[in-house]
This record gives sequence, structure tokens and C-alpha cells, in this order.
Amino acid sequence: MSEMAAHTPHSHPPGFAHQFETIEQQREAGTLGMWVFLVTEILFFGGMFTSYIIYRALHLQSFIEGSHDLFVKFGATNTAVLICSSLTMAMAIRSAQTGKSKRTIIGYLLVTMLLGATFLFLKLRFEWYADWKEGLIPGVSWIPSAAHTPGVKMFMCFYFFMTGLHALHMVVGLGILTVLVIMTARNRFSSQYYQPLEISGLYWHFVDIVWIFLFPLLYLIGGRYPGS
Amino acid sequence: MSTATVDLREAPIESSVNYLNARYGIKSWLLTLDHKRIGLLYLGTITFMFFVGGTAAVLMRLHLIEPQGALFEPETYNKMFSTHGIIMVFFFLVPSIPATLGNFLIPLMIGARDVAFPKLNLMSWYIFVTGCCFAMYGVISGGVDTGWTFYPPYSSAYSQTHVIAFALGIFIAGFSSILTGLNFVVTIHKMRCPGMTWFRLPLFIWSMYATSLIFVLGTPVIAITLALLAAERLLHVGIFDPAVGGDPLLFQHLFWFYSHPAVYIMILPGMGVISELITAFSRKKIFGYTFVAFSSLAIAVISFIVWGHHMFVTGQSIYAGLVFSVLSFVVAIPSAIKVFNWMATLYRGSISYEAPMLYALGFIGLFTIGGLTGLFLASLATDVHLNGTYFVVAHFHYIMVGGAVMAYLGGIHFWWPKITGRLYPDYWARIAAAIVFIGFNLTFFPQFMLGYLGMPRRYAMYPSEFQVLNVMSSAGASILGIGYLIPLVYLIWSMRYGPVASANPWKAKGLEWTTASPPPTENFAEIPVVNEDAYNYPVAEPRHYPDAPGVARV
Amino acid sequence: MSEHGEQQGHIGHVVPVGVYLAVFIALMFGTALTTGVAYIDLGRWNTVVALAIAVVKMLLVVLFFMHVKYSTGLTRIIIIAGFFWLGIMITLSCADELTRRWEIVPKGWSMIAPHIYHLR
Repeated sequence: MSEMAAHTPHSHPPGFAHQFETIEQQREAGTLGMWVFLVTEILFFGGMFTSYIIYRALHLQSFIEGSHDLFVKFGATNTAVLICSSLTMAMAIRSAQTGKSKRTIIGYLLVTMLLGATFLFLKLRFEWYADWKEGLIPGVSWIPSAAHTPGVKMFMCFYFFMTGLHALHMVVGLGILTVLVIMTARNRFSSQYYQPLEISGLYWHFVDIVWIFLFPLLYLIGGRYPGS
Repeated sequence: MSTATVDLREAPIESSVNYLNARYGIKSWLLTLDHKRIGLLYLGTITFMFFVGGTAAVLMRLHLIEPQGALFEPETYNKMFSTHGIIMVFFFLVPSIPATLGNFLIPLMIGARDVAFPKLNLMSWYIFVTGCCFAMYGVISGGVDTGWTFYPPYSSAYSQTHVIAFALGIFIAGFSSILTGLNFVVTIHKMRCPGMTWFRLPLFIWSMYATSLIFVLGTPVIAITLALLAAERLLHVGIFDPAVGGDPLLFQHLFWFYSHPAVYIMILPGMGVISELITAFSRKKIFGYTFVAFSSLAIAVISFIVWGHHMFVTGQSIYAGLVFSVLSFVVAIPSAIKVFNWMATLYRGSISYEAPMLYALGFIGLFTIGGLTGLFLASLATDVHLNGTYFVVAHFHYIMVGGAVMAYLGGIHFWWPKITGRLYPDYWARIAAAIVFIGFNLTFFPQFMLGYLGMPRRYAMYPSEFQVLNVMSSAGASILGIGYLIPLVYLIWSMRYGPVASANPWKAKGLEWTTASPPPTENFAEIPVVNEDAYNYPVAEPRHYPDAPGVARV
Repeated sequence: MSEHGEQQGHIGHVVPVGVYLAVFIALMFGTALTTGVAYIDLGRWNTVVALAIAVVKMLLVVLFFMHVKYSTGLTRIIIIAGFFWLGIMITLSCADELTRRWEIVPKGWSMIAPHIYHLR
């Protein structure tokens, strides 16, 4: 125990972990760690995007057909919902950073969660549920249709894989936000220590970015103009 | 065996409290956040997996003693080689050096108290164990017969074996690799002690950094690929099914995007260990530090652009084949740089043949053979003849067993005094190193010949004219197996009965040798300050040959 | 820029609310634009425009919401590396998938199963 005493003459700020020398070092490590994690996420989704690009090139007509079975209005609405949630997330972090009251921070976090839940609700209720009833989910509820070229099934595979993976990330994000609300309520954060908020925000924005790409890539293939 | 008879090499300097005796009990191990203890947890886990995979290998070699197959039905043989490949690659070689020696040494070498995220570190071990459990469930409940590569449509549509269990196991273990890599990248960037600049880092750290980059950038892709495969197998949606317009080769692209760099996950840490061993036992500064350091990074980058050489004969476009062939030759350059620099380091060093050095020298020779035969396979035309034969098997075993496992054993021996505070029996260690070297070559050199003669891999039977070489290979495998069992026995023995080690039994350079053996829980009594380059061994006196006639010696 | 934040005793850079709102409006406008353009016939350019807008939106989120504009070079290198590696994967996979049909077919021979490929 005597070794431990040797390097802890100073008092520990809240949230300071023993393996670091300074709180600044800890902050940098945490942010860097999150960014490295997001790079792994880029490549995780990247495997799907690569497959998507290749199959889209091979089956362009079918992908256009399949894309026209999706509802642009829900896709666009959900994009807007996620952008709003990114704004409120950024504001939650800013509130912590500038030392606003914990009610303000919790308020922003709850609005973010509400918007995230809205996204999932719209997706489940008006898109996936409708697809399920119409038999458009390959492997789960698939009704072969004479109007479809065979590649449509491939498109729907990618649609459900990519949006499903994205939705899974949203659910994880909602879990993280719940933890943050509890931590904020317990006064864990201050203008000097709010890093969990900051790096969770990075994750939330990343999930938003994935959707920013999924929306045009899935809903708008080949355009929606008459005769497309 | 009484401790009184043990010959003490050094006066014992037993530090009062170290990481091993700071706390006792099973809970103190299972809930530890200490990177050194987590390293040992990994060591135990992967040693178990190594012997599971090794058993499968020994059984395979026994089976191949007779041309008709001596032991199993062909289906069982298929499961044997698949189990061997999957366990050895994903559950032994990938985590071998990074998760054990890397975990143990990175904070010690850079002068930190722990890795940046100790809880994440422990979590990654639990994730790894969960992955192991899925794989072991697959083994026990009947195995898998797809080979370690899981190529569809066989794995997705036809195989009746436990593909999902193994795919899930690899998927889960992959997240352990990702978290380990993430932890190491952040640790190396942010936790270096004062004065430990990038170009004062030991080369082991550079190679671990390059390995971590591959972990972080490659592993997510294998995860999503195996998730797609599992979905295809469960739901039959047709992603890899040509009948619906899917492309089985796409699986191969995504698979090898990770799995080729994964080869370098296995060998790069080995190269890092060898740089440490060569300098310590030649008592010389490494020749061309920056070249060796940057060649690690170059390997990490180039490893990602060569994967198509696994697909020359699977139906890939010939134009892509040309590109991948050229790029594959490029990756030989940084590997060769390392070998040349090790040779130059040995030149005029004062070399001592301790057991770790025997492994290191073995590594250099075997890795060179494995690397050069890789060039045969990177050539489009020769690959048509050699692809899918025992030549490929021999080639990658020279890299993975002759390279990675030799380096792993060398590293375990070199740092054993630091890890346990005990010395291993030197005599037995040298014997074991020699046995491993002989057994390895006897096992795999005949396979080069078999492959060149055209014997395909993964077959349970073979024409009788190949029997002599196959029996040689099987005999070698049993010698190799004994070579691996001997260290297991004496290393475990030494934990209790070995002579107590001093802080720096090899008189080696590096921060890990400046602290006690075994180190205290937080590694250093005080955070060290570095003011010299790595491997700053005293420069040897130039030799004089006053009586030599005429020619000046260089 | 960063002194402004530190003067007030804050950690990191405090982005003015106005900047957040401007970025937010730009993102909403981008979403409307993407959706609107899809209903205009631009031929093959529909995809290009949609992706270009998506990239701009991503940059806005990354630079402002994720504070990369105010971050260290290391963070930027890491992000660029992520996209670079994604680029490697896409480029080299396509190098095979999109050139497979280029193989020269000798006179009197035919491609096996050409119906698999719908490439134009």
C-alpha cells in the first residue's frame, strides 16, 4: 500500500481514475477512445455499405423497384427527428459545459430520448409493421409477388439489415441516455467534469450520421420523379 | 522437491507487496482491474484453447499416417481440421501475444500505472471467454466442417454442422479484440511517462500499436460478415446465394478484408518480441530503429490491400487478380526490412544463446522461409498450381507456428521472471526450444514437398506414393507436441519451485526491468522519467587484431 | 478561439448557441433539399446530388456537433483513417466485382451464366 500513497498527495477531483496522472490526460484518453470506437463502427457499417454498393450495381433496376416500396415521407420525417435529437444532445452537453442547472441538462436529455423513441416508433409502427403485413420481410414474412424482379428480395434484405442495425444502435443509445439522466440527477457532472455526456454525445451524433446516409441510399434510389 | 536445494542465481530481492500477493482469492482475480492479472487470465484461457486446437492437430496427423486414413470417417476428419483452424486462429493466435504479453507489458514498458481503460480491459476478457464458450459448445456438440474460412454457399446452405455456434463465438471474441485494440491505441497515445517520446518507445510497443490498428480497423468487418452469414443460414434470404442474385465471392472479399490483416495481427506482435530479444541477447542497440518502427506501421497498412491473393482461383476477375498480386509483393518489403535489421543487429553483437534467444533465432529462419514461399503464392501463375495444396498449409504454418508461436514462447520465457518473479530451469528450456525447432521442421517441411507434388489440403485420404512424406510429417507433429508440453510442465513447476528472480535477470534495457519482479500493483513506486533511447546498451569495445596479417578487418 | 472558453473557466470549447442553431437549420434544409431533388428528373445525377448533400450534412454534424472543428489533429487523423479504410474496402472489392465481366470471350465461346450479372 505504501507505493500507492507515494503518488497521491493531491486530492482527487470527482470522476478521476487512479491510472491517470492528470484530469486533462483522462479527458483526452476518453475522447480518443470514443473516436477510435466510432472508427470501428464506421467499418462495421462499412461492411454493409460495401455489400450494398456492389449489389446495387449488379441489380440496379430491382433496387429502384424495391426502393419505391418504401415511404419517403416516413424516411424524411425520421431524418428530421434525428437531426432535432442531435441538436438537443449538443445542447445538453453545452448546458453541462457552461454549468447550467441539472434540470436544464436533464430536460435536454429527456427531449433527446423522446425524439429517439419517436424515431423508433415511426419506424416500427408505420414502416416495419406495414412491411410485415404486406409480406416484404425476407426470411420472416415474404410473399413472392409477380410484380417484383428477383433482386427486390435482395434490396429488402439490405433495407432490413441496415435499418435494423441502425435501430439496434438507437436502442443502445437510449440505454446510454437513461444512464446519463440518472448520473445527472445524482449530481455527477459539473462544468469541470462532464465527459460521459460528451463522449455519449459523439456516439449519438454518429448514429445520426449513419441515418443521414441511409435515407438517400435506401429511400431515394433512382429518384421519385414521375416515370423513374 | 524442497526449495533448499534450489540454486539461487541472484540474491533474492523479494519485494514485500507485488501484484500477485497483494490480494488473494478467486474473487480478487475474477474482478481484478490490474492489467498484469488480466494478462494472466488471458494466458490461462488461451493456453487451454491452444491445447484443444493442438489435440485436433495431433489427431489429424495420426489419421494421415495411412493413405486410406487411420482413425476417422472423412466427415470427422473435416470437423478436425475445421476445429483446429478456428480454435488456433481466432482463439489462440489472434489474442496470443497482444492479450497476454501486450496486456502485461505495454503499461510497464511505457511507464504507466495501468492501461487507459482497466474496466474495459477486464470486460474484453469476459467477452473473450464468452466467445470461447460458444466455440467449445460447438466443439462438444459435434463440431463444424466448413474449414476456418466458412465459405458460402457450403456454410450457408449445405453444411449440417454447428456453423452458427462457431460464427457467434468468433463474432463475440471479435469484440474482445476490438476493445483490446482500442485500449492499446489510447494507452500508447496518452499514457506514456515523461520523456517517453515516440522514438524512444521499445519496438514491441510500435508493433503492438500497429497490431491494435488492425484490430480496430479490421475486426468490425469480420463481425458484420459473420452476422450476414448467420442471417443467411437462419433465414435463407439469399445474400450469398447466386440463385437469387447474391455473390458468394462477396463473402470472401469481406472475410479476407479482415482475415488477411489478421495474419499480421498474429505475426506483428511476434516481430516486436523478436526485436526485444535480439537486442537483449546481442547487447546491442537495434540496427535502424526508425526503419523497424515504421515497417510495423507499413505492414499494418499494406496488409489491408492484398487480400485478393486468397481468391486468385475462386473466380475473381483477372484484373483484380493482377492488382492484388502486385500489391502482395509490396508487403514483402517491410517484412524483409525487419529481417535485415535483425541480422545487422546480430552482426558483431555479443550474442548469448539463452533459451529466448534460441526461439528468436529460430523465428528469423522460419519466418524467412515462410515469407519467401509466400511470394510463390502471390504470383498469379504459380498460385494456380499451388493453391489449395499442402504448399499453402506449410507456408502459413511457417509464419504462424514457426513465426508467431516461436516468438510467443520466446517472449513468455524472456518475461517469465518478470511475470512470476521466478526463473525457469534453463537446461530444460534450451532442450525444449531445440525440440520445438526440430519437430516443427520435420512436420512442415515435408508438407512443402507434398504440396508441390500436388497433394490437396483438407482431404482425409491420399495416394499411397505420398505416404513416406506424410509419415515424416506426423512423426514431426508428435515431436512438436512434446516440445510444447515440456515448457508447460517446467513453467508451471517454476512458479512454485523456481529460483527467485531479481528485478533484471537478463541485464536488459527497458522500463519493465527497472521495477521489481514481480512488479507492484501499480507497476512503479514513482512514475519514471525517461532520458535515453531504447536499447541503450553500452557500446562494445572495438576488437583489435594486432597479429592479423595485412588485411584490415571491417 | 479556445481561449474564449478557458477565460470563463470552461473545459473545452464552448460553441455559441447561434452556431448550433445555424447548423441545425442547414441540416433541416439539406433534408428537405434531398427529398425535393428526388422528385426532379436528373438522370444519373440524382444519386450524385443526394450523396453530395449527405456528405455535406455529415461534415456539418462532425465539425460542429461533434466538435471536430475545435479538436486536435490526432482526432482528425483517426476519423480520416476510418474513412480511408472504408475506401480501401469499397475500392478493392469493386475492383473485382465490377471488372469480372471484362474477361475476353474467345470467338465461338460464350460466358457461363451471364444472367447473373446485370451490369450495364
